[in-house]
Amino acid sequence: MTQLAVPLASTLEAARSQMAFTLGFHIILASLGVALPALMLIANHRGLRRDDADALLLARRWSKVVAVTFAVGAVTGTVLSFEFGLLWPEFTGRFGEVFGVLFAIEGIFFFLEAIFVAIYIFGWERLSPWTHFWSGVPIPFCGLGGAFSVVAVNSWMNQPQGYTMSSGGEVTDVDPLKVIFNPAVPYEVPHMILAAYLVTGFLVASVYAVGMLRGRRDRYHRLGLLVPLTVACALAPVQFAVGDSAARAIAKDQPIKFAAMECVQTTATHVTEYIYGRCTSEGVKGGVGIPGFDSFLVGFSTDTEVIGLDTVPAEDRPPANTMLHWAFDTMVGIGSAMIALGLWLGVVWWRRREIPQTKWFLRAVAISGVAAVVALECGWIVTEVGRQPWIVYEVMRTEDAVTQADGVWVTFTLVVGLYVVLGAALAITLRAMARRWRAAAEDDSEVPYGPSGPPAEVAR
Amino acid sequence: MSSADAVAGVLWIGVTAYAVFGGADFGAGFWSLFAGRGERARRARDLIGWAIGPVWEANHVWLIFVLVVLWTGFSTAFASIFSTLFIPLSLAAIGIVLRGSGFAFHKTARRLAGRRVAERLFGLSSLLTPFFLGTVLGAIASGEVPVGNAAGDPVSSWTGPLPLLLGALSVAVSAYLAAVFLVSDARRAGAADLERYFAARALGAAVAAGALAVAGIVALRADARFVYDGLTSAGLPLVIVSAVCGIAVLVLLRRGARRGARALAVGAVAAVVCGWGVAQHPYLLPQELTIDAGAAPTATLTSLLIVFGVAVVLVIPSLALLYTLAQRDLIAEGDAPVTDRGDR
Repeated sequence: MTQLAVPLASTLEAARSQMAFTLGFHIILASLGVALPALMLIANHRGLRRDDADALLLARRWSKVVAVTFAVGAVTGTVLSFEFGLLWPEFTGRFGEVFGVLFAIEGIFFFLEAIFVAIYIFGWERLSPWTHFWSGVPIPFCGLGGAFSVVAVNSWMNQPQGYTMSSGGEVTDVDPLKVIFNPAVPYEVPHMILAAYLVTGFLVASVYAVGMLRGRRDRYHRLGLLVPLTVACALAPVQFAVGDSAARAIAKDQPIKFAAMECVQTTATHVTEYIYGRCTSEGVKGGVGIPGFDSFLVGFSTDTEVIGLDTVPAEDRPPANTMLHWAFDTMVGIGSAMIALGLWLGVVWWRRREIPQTKWFLRAVAISGVAAVVALECGWIVTEVGRQPWIVYEVMRTEDAVTQADGVWVTFTLVVGLYVVLGAALAITLRAMARRWRAAAEDDSEVPYGPSGPPAEVAR
Repeated sequence: MSSADAVAGVLWIGVTAYAVFGGADFGAGFWSLFAGRGERARRARDLIGWAIGPVWEANHVWLIFVLVVLWTGFSTAFASIFSTLFIPLSLAAIGIVLRGSGFAFHKTARRLAGRRVAERLFGLSSLLTPFFLGTVLGAIASGEVPVGNAAGDPVSSWTGPLPLLLGALSVAVSAYLAAVFLVSDARRAGAADLERYFAARALGAAVAAGALAVAGIVALRADARFVYDGLTSAGLPLVIVSAVCGIAVLVLLRRGARRGARALAVGAVAAVVCGWGVAQHPYLLPQELTIDAGAAPTATLTSLLIVFGVAVVLVIPSLALLYTLAQRDLIAEGDAPVTDRGDR
């Protein structure tokens, strides 16, 4: 099945923009969906074990945030599954039967997650405390399973294998295990799951850091900052190691993507590592260069050969090299800053058994949430734009996957408008919830596991 | 039965479940939209929010289930449907965004002025989403979706009499199901007046759905002869079951009976959706693409069936737990909301 009519370039642009926009939006909510339930359960467990009312209150409030972000994330996720058909019918039409099983597995995890989220968030009042806690325990595991399945699909798009195709382009045989455990899974999946935990941890901690900067330095706020920040800071170095091995693996598996990330024009040894700078066909202009370091990063020796963009024709190279390079450097930079923040917390904690109370520490935590989201988006740009012009690496071009239907620009415009409103509504809602909680700090109804009995109002 | 047929069966189970559970949810939004103003309308809306709150998310996972099984098991059909029916499916997707966020925010933003807007959006999109999904079904049945990337007409494929009638029928059936469900929920909440309120609406929706179904049959005969023939031969027993269940619900509601109406209403909808599947067999896209021709390689189909088996073992008990806890009032945001009136 060859593509006869070349689709309008504008449809391709619109489809790529819509996909990038909706995915970039969803990835934040998905990260919260993966990791926030874990933080919620940590707080819940601590609250029950140590009879800690502050921890229980945090758990209960975080569960309300889980409810809202999960609902919105379910919606934006549904949009993505529509877009598989609406935007990329040739891709899904040909390879849906190859990668689709992963989404079927994801479906189970998502279904279970939806069920247990509902039981947990609606179960605060009438289930017994420990029963209630255990009703939430499946949620983070479902989140991990779901993240594995979805990211494994993306890994497959980067390292496709496990199918045979006839000369006419029909998929004739599939080896599902080879599809599921494709070579990019071992680095891409942990990298994304850790990213979800980092984003969630820093984002939640940043909320309480802002509160503390505004003078609310009670135990509730310190705990609200400490629990997520500890999780995130503990994982930041792990993420750095995973990301480093991912970069090396990409240099081997997708050398052109790596060359674009690092602006390597010609294959060579002793390649200079540039921090920022502008990518041109004559090499990097500006930026800080570290001679030989790029080679060293790829193979632990400056003698390592790094493959350059000139090994493939221009139409097989990713677009927007400078943006890719900046996205990569920004992600690495933010990751390094996170480790520094963790060291700061660790040293002070080790010496004084408390959170650093200085303004500068709280300011750093306050911006870490946004910074983590920026790093997440940068990483996503690196892997997605870096794979271009392929939708399935070296198998199918993105331009051959796009729909022939007219009107993608219209849906893109509508979707942007809709999501801007959605994002604003989400932000306003979360702020309103926070205000209400502050106002009702003494409210009885906020006490978890308050007196429960048969609902007095229900008449039989 | 081939494994392709088995996967098609799984797909159809998903479609049926979505028609029933998703439909009841859409219908609840429909009644929220048309509840009007005033005290009783507020209480009716509160009942709706209280009843679907804990279960609505799970209800809509069925749609994702259907999409995934379709694109994995029958990729070509999926690509053909989504490219030709780009407009109604985009509108349905937008409706889903509006609906989900409207629902999420009207629960949390209850002290904001925005609550009204959120409620409106929730109601309106509860009307539009099943309508456009219904037109998609109608377009497929009438053979307007040829195999290929946007190979069919982008507009006329889904704007004929049959798709439009099926769109309207989806809305009516959703409203009917929701009203029957809400009768039980009103009883559970101890609000006898709302029980009568929704019983009357169930009757109205049933009459509307019946009339649209009859018109739909006429349109089927004209525009989708293959499905019409199937429904009047192999699918006939299921159509009869559906009609009998539907009439039995009406009788029960008229008598104010306490049990059975909900199960029978589910039976009525499930039977007709299954009947449709039987009638369309062996085609995915009637007279364009058969199930066998459109199916994925065997290994994919087998994996899908295994995953489905695992899902049955894991999801069904969890779902049963959720619905049981919800029905026993063990999971709720608070007490039943509609008891502040004297009709107990």
